[in-house]
Amino acid sequence: MSKQPITLYRLQACPFCERVARTLDALGLDYRSRYVEPMHSERNVVKRVSGARSVPVIVDEEAGVTMSESANIVAYLERTYGGGASGDGAAAGGA
Amino acid sequence: MDLGFDVVDLPETDHVAVGDEAPAFTRPLVGDEFWEDRALADLVDGPTLLLFHPMDGAFQTTYLYNEIDDRGWADDVDVYGLSVSSPYEHKRLLAERGDGIRIFSDPSATVVERYGVDHDVDGMAGITEARPAVFLLDTEHVVRYAWVAGEHPEFPDYDAIEDAIDELSDRGPE
Repeated sequence: MSKQPITLYRLQACPFCERVARTLDALGLDYRSRYVEPMHSERNVVKRVSGARSVPVIVDEEAGVTMSESANIVAYLERTYGGGASGDGAAAGGA
Repeated sequence: MDLGFDVVDLPETDHVAVGDEAPAFTRPLVGDEFWEDRALADLVDGPTLLLFHPMDGAFQTTYLYNEIDDRGWADDVDVYGLSVSSPYEHKRLLAERGDGIRIFSDPSATVVERYGVDHDVDGMAGITEARPAVFLLDTEHVVRYAWVAGEHPEFPDYDAIEDAIDELSDRGPE
């Protein structure tokens, strides 16, 4: 099967999650979306993965990186995959 | 026995049958904790039971999962459900029943139609859902047992399915 190296744990219509998704798209990165429930109490999988129940979370398997907080994630993605360009932040800044 | 009501015949359907390769599809697959797009082709690596069923919450669906839980099929084969209900509804269903089962969400009913098991619900304008239908697939994705409801309501022959699972799993009844 096609194995996407980056997994995004997200909540439908969560602006911070959409911001990360737009950044992934802008950088041309392949990722899989795992949708979780709005109720924090039903997000045990997110807690197991990241230590907290907040989303978004990305798991970048090849890099061995798991990260919460959209600002941190966007900065990480642009630093790691942005090829030094800093323009993608503006593209993702609409939220 | 006079049940006092008429069972409705469903129209004939040209559905996926024994010997066919199971049509491929990708849909959100819902488990206990999250959902993500999954391709059936990537999941089938052994005997696999694919269950089409009416909307989550309909009594036929509830009875189906109760029976499968009682029989513990998910311990023996991979079991996947599919209905037109949304991932949120599947999560509710799985919180109460369907232990070890994951369920595809097909709100457009295009997978349902591809398998030839669609049913236009009378009195719910615009809703096409799945008839109860059971397909047992082997490792090569070939259908080895198929049953599609021809009446409304109708329930699968659980003993026949169990025999088919035993035969395919090569562990006949002791």
